[in-house]
Amino acid sequence: MASILEVRNLHVAYCSRTGVASSAIVDVSFSVRPGEILGVLGESGSGKSTLAASLLRLLPASGNIQQGSILFEGRDVLQAEPRELESIRGRRIALIDQEPSAALHPTMRVGDQIGEVLAAHEYLDKKVRRDRVRQILETLFPAETERISSSYPHQLSGGQRQRVLIAQAIACGPSMVVADEPTASLDPTTQREILSVFQSLRQKFGLAIILITHNPSLLAGLADRVLVLYAGSVAEIGPTDSVLSSPLHPYTRALLRCLPPPLCGADEANRKAKLPVIAGDSPNPALLFPGCRFEPRCTDRFETCRKREPAAVSLSEGHTVSCFKFGG
Amino acid sequence: MQPLIQVEYLVKRYSGRGVLGSGEVVSALNEVSFSVAPGKTLALVGASGSGKSTLALCLACLERPTSGRIWFEGRDIAALDEKQLRAVRPQIQLVFQDPASSLNPQFTALEIVTEPLLVQRKWGTREMHERALALLERIGLSRDMASRRTGEFSGGQRQRLAIARALSLAPKLLILDEALSSLDCSVQAQIANLLLELQSSLALTYLFITHDLAMAAHLGDEIAVMNRGRIVEQGVPEKVLRAPSHEATRCLAAATPGSIVTPRMPGAL
Repeated sequence: MASILEVRNLHVAYCSRTGVASSAIVDVSFSVRPGEILGVLGESGSGKSTLAASLLRLLPASGNIQQGSILFEGRDVLQAEPRELESIRGRRIALIDQEPSAALHPTMRVGDQIGEVLAAHEYLDKKVRRDRVRQILETLFPAETERISSSYPHQLSGGQRQRVLIAQAIACGPSMVVADEPTASLDPTTQREILSVFQSLRQKFGLAIILITHNPSLLAGLADRVLVLYAGSVAEIGPTDSVLSSPLHPYTRALLRCLPPPLCGADEANRKAKLPVIAGDSPNPALLFPGCRFEPRCTDRFETCRKREPAAVSLSEGHTVSCFKFGG
Repeated sequence: MQPLIQVEYLVKRYSGRGVLGSGEVVSALNEVSFSVAPGKTLALVGASGSGKSTLALCLACLERPTSGRIWFEGRDIAALDEKQLRAVRPQIQLVFQDPASSLNPQFTALEIVTEPLLVQRKWGTREMHERALALLERIGLSRDMASRRTGEFSGGQRQRLAIARALSLAPKLLILDEALSSLDCSVQAQIANLLLELQSSLALTYLFITHDLAMAAHLGDEIAVMNRGRIVEQGVPEKVLRAPSHEATRCLAAATPGSIVTPRMPGAL
């Protein structure tokens, strides 16, 4: 099937006041199919939020898309005029941000805040707008539409607030949602709940979802494919099962080993045993060096790794990895 | 063995007088009882709003319980007055979830670790300096990082600093309130290892508060599950997780990946 989003060779850099450029995204390419859930897995500083902001051209003034192309529904997002951008943002691609309490207005009723999103994008009669708000809220809060609609954000739980953000995101009927760490501040039960909301939205509206997270365990059983981001470049991308259960890139392998043993494997013998760690820290993006970005921390490195960057190699069905171990 | 801390029928109620004036009383803690032996870890798990953080604040003497006793080294610290508490507080220290907001970004690493020593007024400048530097090394920051401001450190390094600050007065009990939750997986593992190493070398006792059941099972000698202000289940991790007896535990376990309890995906829409 044709993809809904095509990102090709994207390079993004931030410029500091002193004029030093540090690259946040280096040569990132991927695509998203309609109705697909793509998980983007990355740790702090991997560039995952920069990636999200670039897709909607919402980078801060210091951020600069240097190269590459972003094609969304056949339109070139990077070449789009401001008017055209407005017709994409919120309408066709919606962004859900990390902190639900910061993203909502504290003294406005929830229903009005969703109405505001509609009003920003299309002219609607007041009554029509109210009906639309109710419809949207009904999908997310079938049991208590009215109560939620007339509540203020502080009267809602964290999970409910996150649902309100989702309601705002789907208000204009977009075809893709970019969710940046949507469950980071929630407890695991609520986390599951929100993730299943995403799942049903995909089923119901055929929504494509880019789900950005630092937690690999959230993606299992939810995402169709996973893209692993390390220091601004794609380490590997492939079907979720194969990336999470038989990871290829040394970074993904090391990252998954860091997790505490799953509950089913917990036993007295390894309790309180040291967890495997990845030696060293993430590289400083301002200090560019040739070669693979994971090389300084990699246990499988060899000579070539230091000299040039590995190219993406496609191994099995749709599983691509950037590492010299596999040819590069 | 004599427990280091023993909590008996701890109750904390908040009355809802405030701007909204609802006047209703919220029971954040409801007859909570447990004990932790010296050098051991009790992992406290529960959903948001189950009372975990209120319990942490009561144990750290930052909130006064409504009733109940907190025995710490043979004394009921819930009954002490402010002056007597000054002697107890250094023994019980807290580490919070988000080091970005629990550390003053204007302070240098050295100042952060020296601050508690200044408050106690027991040491001269040079001795405080030496102690602080030794602590920084102990938690894995080199001496030349001591003059950097906390804002310049990474999330993991900042959490190390928060731990160093908590350790500066040589406490016996460390309350870790979601101390790993805001960190990346690879950094979580590093900090978890640091906590294990510090526990065995300094004989520390931990109250490890988390909603991550897998980490609780890994670090805890025992797990206690909280629900609506009560401890509903307590025991060694294997037992609690293999055969959860309370619905709250089952819910938590089901939401944790790699669990033996089959996940129940709530029909969300």
